[in-house]
Amino acid sequence: MKLSYWNKKIETMDRSLLKKLQLKLLKETITHALNTDFYKNRLKKIGIRSSEDIKSLEDLERIPFTTKDDLRECYPYAHLSVNLKEVVRLHTSSGTTGIPTVVYHTKNDLDGWTDLVTRCIVATGCSSLDVFQNMMSYGLFTGGLGLHYGAERLGMTVIPAASGNTRRQLQLMKDFRTTVVHATPSYMLHIYSKLEEFGFNIKDFNLKKAFLGAEPYSENTRRKIEKLFSIDAYNSYGLSEMNGPGVGFECVYKCGMHIWEDAYILEVIDPKTKKLLREDTEGEIVFTTLNRRATPILRYRTRDLAFIYKGNCKCKRSHRRISRITGRSDDMLIVNGVNVFPSQIEEIIMKIPEVGNNYLVRLEKEGALDKLIVKVEIYSKMFKGDLKELDKLKEKIIAELRSSIIIHPIVELHEPGSLSVSEGKAKRVEDLRPKI
Amino acid sequence: MKLTQISIFLENRQGRLFEVCSLLGKKNINIRALTIAETPEFGILRIVVDKPQQAVSALKEKGFIAKLTDIVAVEVEDTPGGLAGILKVIYENEINVEYMYAFVEKASSNALLVFRFDDPDKAITILKKNKINIVTDKDMRSL
Repeated sequence: MKLSYWNKKIETMDRSLLKKLQLKLLKETITHALNTDFYKNRLKKIGIRSSEDIKSLEDLERIPFTTKDDLRECYPYAHLSVNLKEVVRLHTSSGTTGIPTVVYHTKNDLDGWTDLVTRCIVATGCSSLDVFQNMMSYGLFTGGLGLHYGAERLGMTVIPAASGNTRRQLQLMKDFRTTVVHATPSYMLHIYSKLEEFGFNIKDFNLKKAFLGAEPYSENTRRKIEKLFSIDAYNSYGLSEMNGPGVGFECVYKCGMHIWEDAYILEVIDPKTKKLLREDTEGEIVFTTLNRRATPILRYRTRDLAFIYKGNCKCKRSHRRISRITGRSDDMLIVNGVNVFPSQIEEIIMKIPEVGNNYLVRLEKEGALDKLIVKVEIYSKMFKGDLKELDKLKEKIIAELRSSIIIHPIVELHEPGSLSVSEGKAKRVEDLRPKI
Repeated sequence: MKLTQISIFLENRQGRLFEVCSLLGKKNINIRALTIAETPEFGILRIVVDKPQQAVSALKEKGFIAKLTDIVAVEVEDTPGGLAGILKVIYENEINVEYMYAFVEKASSNALLVFRFDDPDKAITILKKNKINIVTDKDMRSL
């Protein structure tokens, strides 16, 4: 197999040297973190006043974890380490209570992120000869812009198609001889199911590879997509707090996602005891940023569950690999690549006076795509005996949910009492999608 | 002159309509007219009964969502064009019919229709002026 690298020196760096580099970068990160209100207080409490207080990588364990809630409390600026005039872009994640998490980027931060993404793309064997169609949303969501800049840096021909509009996606793929796409696995399956309807044949395309990310999926799904399109599909991992895509990616050997350890310190913990776990043991992934100036984040609990593979990869990259994400250690749902917390849904529907006390969120698969069904009980005093009124109410709930969670839900109205659970804690989420 | 209709929110669940009807039966409440407006996942059952207040209390007690609405019941000549004659008066006076349905029984050779107007009071005045027979509470109880 032909192996190619974007930054061979770093990517294949001896692990002892890589660790030395990590320590140096960690110290710099601590210095930057101490510029923020949030970390200044937090680090002072444990006796870290300067980077001098970090002597080895083991000292990282002294630092408390950073959670999504911590970052939300920082909103908007408490975790910003530079003057705003140095910030050239920000991205926010979807927030659970209306408050998102923000990541700021300096010019160098973006440069570093882009470089990581380019490494990922090259690791799959792509080159400037490839035509890359990016089917992820552009905007605050990091999936679109992240891959976009990495692909441009490599010199691929980039088609910023963004998500949706399947007919146009297919037309672009055909007309411009697209060789590589970036999409969610469910969207790839959806596209395939629409070929005939839109008058295309798989032979119309020149597709060679797909980068699949933004939602968990199984090895079987990957194989299915590879077979349907006769392509190679590579697993991509990222989260907005850690830039977005480019955190981890599969190389040509497709045996786990390499995490760029010169940019992130990777830890796996037991989500309950918070103790560090050994390689090969599944737990929650924790990251510390090493190459970010504007938004340094220390020991971020991703809530993603995976394990670190033991041993070296045949591609000679020394950066360790993690398994595919097998689940979450919180209740976050991923619906067609969009992250949603049940609390977000609750927050919105409980603000609507016509809605009673109970609701139920149900997730189902419809073909390749996820379907989000929100069942609500109507409040009896609000019932006017009018069908139009109820339709309006449904539309109102759909519109409110759509504007906040960016997913178009199906809303069902129910009688009071029909969704409640008589004893114990009410079950609010029913995920009927097949398990990965 | 206005009659009271009960609207009941029903989710499309097997046996739900039966539960309403059997409850009313047990309470010795008689259904005079009924209609169902339906959507794929729920419906609104509309009924005119002889004892609306008792019916609503009984329904609410059992957890049903029920709402009282004013309607007007009108006697319509059971001949071709009978209904059109009434609707003409209504429409010429710019009153809207939100929905309508028919009584189960007849008082005479005329049919009995239930109307939900956007402005029931105005409708009653207009109907009376045009000598159209409106069914009263008393009429209905003696059906």
